[in-house]
Amino acid sequence: MRELVVISGKGGNGKTSVTAAFAYLAEQKVLCDLDVDAPDLHLIAHPALRRSGPFLSGNLAEIDPAACAGCGICHGVCAYGAIQKKGGRFGVEAAACEGCKVCVALCPAKAIAFHDRCCGTWFESETRFGHMIHAQLDPGQENSGKLVTLLKAKARERAALVGLDLILSDGAPGIGCPVISSLSQATLALLATEPTPSGLHDLKRVAELCQGLRTRSAVLINKADLSAEYQAAIHAFCDAREIPVVGHLPYDAAMTTAMVRGQAVTEGPVTPFGTRVRRIWAELQPLLEPAWQARSGEHQS
Amino acid sequence: MILAVASGKGGTGKTMVSDSLASVWQHPVLAVDLDVEEPNLGLFLRPEPVRDEAACLEVPVLDPARCNLCGACAQLCQFKAISLMGAQLLVFPDMCHGCGGCMRVCPQGAIQKGQRVLGRVETGLTASGIRCLTGRLRIGEAMSPPLIAKVRQHLRAMADEAALDVIIDAPPGVSCQAMMAVQDVNVILLVTEPTPFGLHDLRLAWQAFRSLGKPMTVVINRAGLGDEGVQSFCREMGLQVLMEIPFRREIAEHYARGGVLAEFDEEMRDLFTGLARKIAAMAGAGGHHA
Repeated sequence: MRELVVISGKGGNGKTSVTAAFAYLAEQKVLCDLDVDAPDLHLIAHPALRRSGPFLSGNLAEIDPAACAGCGICHGVCAYGAIQKKGGRFGVEAAACEGCKVCVALCPAKAIAFHDRCCGTWFESETRFGHMIHAQLDPGQENSGKLVTLLKAKARERAALVGLDLILSDGAPGIGCPVISSLSQATLALLATEPTPSGLHDLKRVAELCQGLRTRSAVLINKADLSAEYQAAIHAFCDAREIPVVGHLPYDAAMTTAMVRGQAVTEGPVTPFGTRVRRIWAELQPLLEPAWQARSGEHQS
Repeated sequence: MILAVASGKGGTGKTMVSDSLASVWQHPVLAVDLDVEEPNLGLFLRPEPVRDEAACLEVPVLDPARCNLCGACAQLCQFKAISLMGAQLLVFPDMCHGCGGCMRVCPQGAIQKGQRVLGRVETGLTASGIRCLTGRLRIGEAMSPPLIAKVRQHLRAMADEAALDVIIDAPPGVSCQAMMAVQDVNVILLVTEPTPFGLHDLRLAWQAFRSLGKPMTVVINRAGLGDEGVQSFCREMGLQVLMEIPFRREIAEHYARGGVLAEFDEEMRDLFTGLARKIAAMAGAGGHHA
């Protein structure tokens, strides 16, 4: 199974638009939106829902006021400040509760229940690009990476079932848990960046993360003509780290124009921008082959 | 007075708006980067470093000499940070959420306090007198919320000590990291762009933050690009659009040089000065100058 994950560190570098453009070009794949906090890929893929289900993760403490003796031990032991006294009674602030169970275990009156927590919803859909696996985390929930792991498992299951050998994923911004989870077992991480101080800074962090996790990476420079200085700095960084730069996209409204139409930039009439994306997709193909990984000698299959 | 600059979607210009507001703010101000996974505010404000310290989480360290393998700690741990495998107790400090439960339930006192480095907390001061505070997650560290909590403690201490207003550059999204950043603020400024992605994520942010009952207002970046969806949404929900930043190549190039947008030209400076004044007025009733 080959897995391509598009990430960027910094948001707004074109991850989703690029993923959608590839989704139109890739023949046999499962499409996956791993940005479960603020997913946008469905706005281009227009999925028709087939199945969905609750994402249960962790627990939430709840104090039974009838059983509570008001001793305040729970308040004292909570490391997250989630138990507060309001109107003379102790209660749990759901947003702050980490689900650690310490209050439950130490309550002498056994007055604290420990409920399953529903943190979001997962979806299995069909699109004009093929199968799609996606989700929506509920607002304020911890983006722990577990939902990302669940989506990846579903995507692999789906791909195996129908005999597809590529999973194409739109990843989350940042370098934290959801990104780490999205890189697990990835064949290649495509790092979308832009030639700006923040683009370079965030690229360095996310590239170092990939290296630490032994995930192969390649770089795509979006808005490449905005700064010759930072473009050169990105190339120098990638050369030093032996990270291939698979292509440049110009500063252009083309991806937004396509997005407004609800389309991928590669769909519809041939445009210079679309042609560039096609060329980048072609550049990526050898990097997704097992032979390339074997040659690189770093990746464990 | 505390302002959070937030957005559902990443890359809409939160940092650009935060650094510009800080640079025209009338009252002494503390600029805080709570986007600890990818902190960028300092790249534009360029503070001189004042302090740089490690932020740590309290995690268990086992004293095998005292452990009698009763398994109480492993039974309590909800995060798979401690597990009893046959006649061996294994501790995985990377999985620990720092609840301290294992130390409390161990009858033998066999679990001591150790530390896992979450990242750095950095403070600085710019030439023009803006105080800066940044959290920087260690690369490879999975959990950002505990580091955000540490930075917020510093924020309160620094703001109270010198009676500073605070401008927070929040993390993207609407998960608990973003909610933590907007919790104690007087005004939430949502930065968006007039595109279908911008609208979708603005709606997510508005829905998530609405329950906090705080004044919310909008800045539209890259105005002129995309479509009318964001404007219609803001009208419909009664969200005031305080400023529009035009979609112009020169602005993107200025940003790519590391420039603060309020210093782009006289007109931009006036626009941000006006924006700062309106935000301060919004905070007026609920806000405070300590």
